[in-house]
Amino acid sequence: MPVNIRIPTPLRKLTNNEEVVEVTATTIGGAINELQTRYPGIQERLLDESGTVRRFVNVYVNEEDIRFLQNKETPLKDGDEVSIIPAIAGG
Amino acid sequence: MANEKSFMKALKCRECGHEYPLTATHVCEFDFGPLEVVYDYEAIRGSLTRASIESRPQTMWRYRELLPVAGEPTVGTQVGFTPLVKADRLAKRLGIRELWIKNDAVNYPTLSFKDRVVSVALSRAVELGFTTVACASTGNLANSVAANAASAGLKAYVFIPADLEQGKVVNSLVYGANVIGIKGHYDEVNRLCAEIAGKYGWAFVNVNMRPYYAEGSKSLGFEVQEQLGWRIPQHTVIPMASGSLLTKIHKSYQEFSKLGLVPNTKWKVHGAQATGCNPISAAQKAGLDFFKPVKPNTIAKSLAIGTPADGFYSLRVMKDTGGHCDDVTDDEIREGIRLLADCEGIFAETAGGVTVGVAKKLIASGKIPAEDSAVLCITGNGLKTLDAVANHVGQTREIRPSLREFEGLLEAEGAACKA
Repeated sequence: MPVNIRIPTPLRKLTNNEEVVEVTATTIGGAINELQTRYPGIQERLLDESGTVRRFVNVYVNEEDIRFLQNKETPLKDGDEVSIIPAIAGG
Repeated sequence: MANEKSFMKALKCRECGHEYPLTATHVCEFDFGPLEVVYDYEAIRGSLTRASIESRPQTMWRYRELLPVAGEPTVGTQVGFTPLVKADRLAKRLGIRELWIKNDAVNYPTLSFKDRVVSVALSRAVELGFTTVACASTGNLANSVAANAASAGLKAYVFIPADLEQGKVVNSLVYGANVIGIKGHYDEVNRLCAEIAGKYGWAFVNVNMRPYYAEGSKSLGFEVQEQLGWRIPQHTVIPMASGSLLTKIHKSYQEFSKLGLVPNTKWKVHGAQATGCNPISAAQKAGLDFFKPVKPNTIAKSLAIGTPADGFYSLRVMKDTGGHCDDVTDDEIREGIRLLADCEGIFAETAGGVTVGVAKKLIASGKIPAEDSAVLCITGNGLKTLDAVANHVGQTREIRPSLREFEGLLEAEGAACKA
């Protein structure tokens, strides 16, 4: 069972409107590379010039923010759910 | 009033400057930066003067040229223009020359500053043709969306953490809104709502309507300047959850100054957080321009956002204006609520206790100098968070309806006082 990545609305133009994309990578960084191979241009939307996740992009693995895990090094295993979500206002 | 005239030009990414049409959308496709409304300030200059403002009804909509609606507002037309109270007794207790309380605890209709942002978001949602509105909320926003949607005949879905104060839950249910309690903290509610917003065609006030919604907070700052006699306060202390309110009050000072409505004097904005959820305060005190998300644990649930969307911009505004930031513990929050109630007869919710507690610290440390003047923003009503203080404000003494018992009570207490 691969890893499912949920694609947010602003990026679906790049994924031919796919809401969920399957990858086989074993880390978040690897998953972003894999997305870039299939959907060229998606990486620069997610990462800044230095290769870190942009400050207004939140990435979650099974509902946990990767900043509480190991950021781009966060490991992925079969069946994990990854969500990419823009920061939103409060509350 | 400038009827049916739009002063909005576009939405623009705050990061890269890419422009978008004025639809229900909130993030830049290129870098996920937040979108902000761009105004035609030249046209506004010709329409908005002190005289034109003073001639209008006392609501937040007297500044309508600087609020993001295309025509006349249709939802929340009575919101705002809450009292600015000169707080002499509290000033004396905190040791500052002059102190003002901007009291949004009595905002109409749901007793928090959120009525401002919701009135803008729902008026704009109606203009864009939406019939269902929604929000992710720590409580106050849910109350306001529920009430204002009811009055406008809109269908409402509000999403809240399941463990919210009972007062805030009942305050949403009573208006007939669909209230969904999420088993998790606010940041998890937020994440879910971002996903729901992408799937359903609803106007989520703090997701796809955010560029319009957030602008509503400016009205608090506009009112403060007008109520002070058309001037910018030297110091403003503002509670921070996402940090949006702080950035928008700062923007309100910039806009009035740019339009020549107030003299261009220096101002400092200071941020207040709870120690149990202090990502922005911790970063500011460490001299960083970025924050580390936290998992909230505080009685100030309305400020319990561990991943503050406007954290970066709040830090920048405090740095640019020379402002400071601090945080207070649960006990200090309760003490702040008591201080404000004792001195000024104003019952604030926990966020108000945070603001008063942090103001006390900033004055005591000289970061707000004793000879200066400051405005404290009280953003919500204490009746909504009774649980937080219920066991900390003393107890009623019960007697039978007998004069003798009452006199006995006074005597016993008098004796206790002397002892």
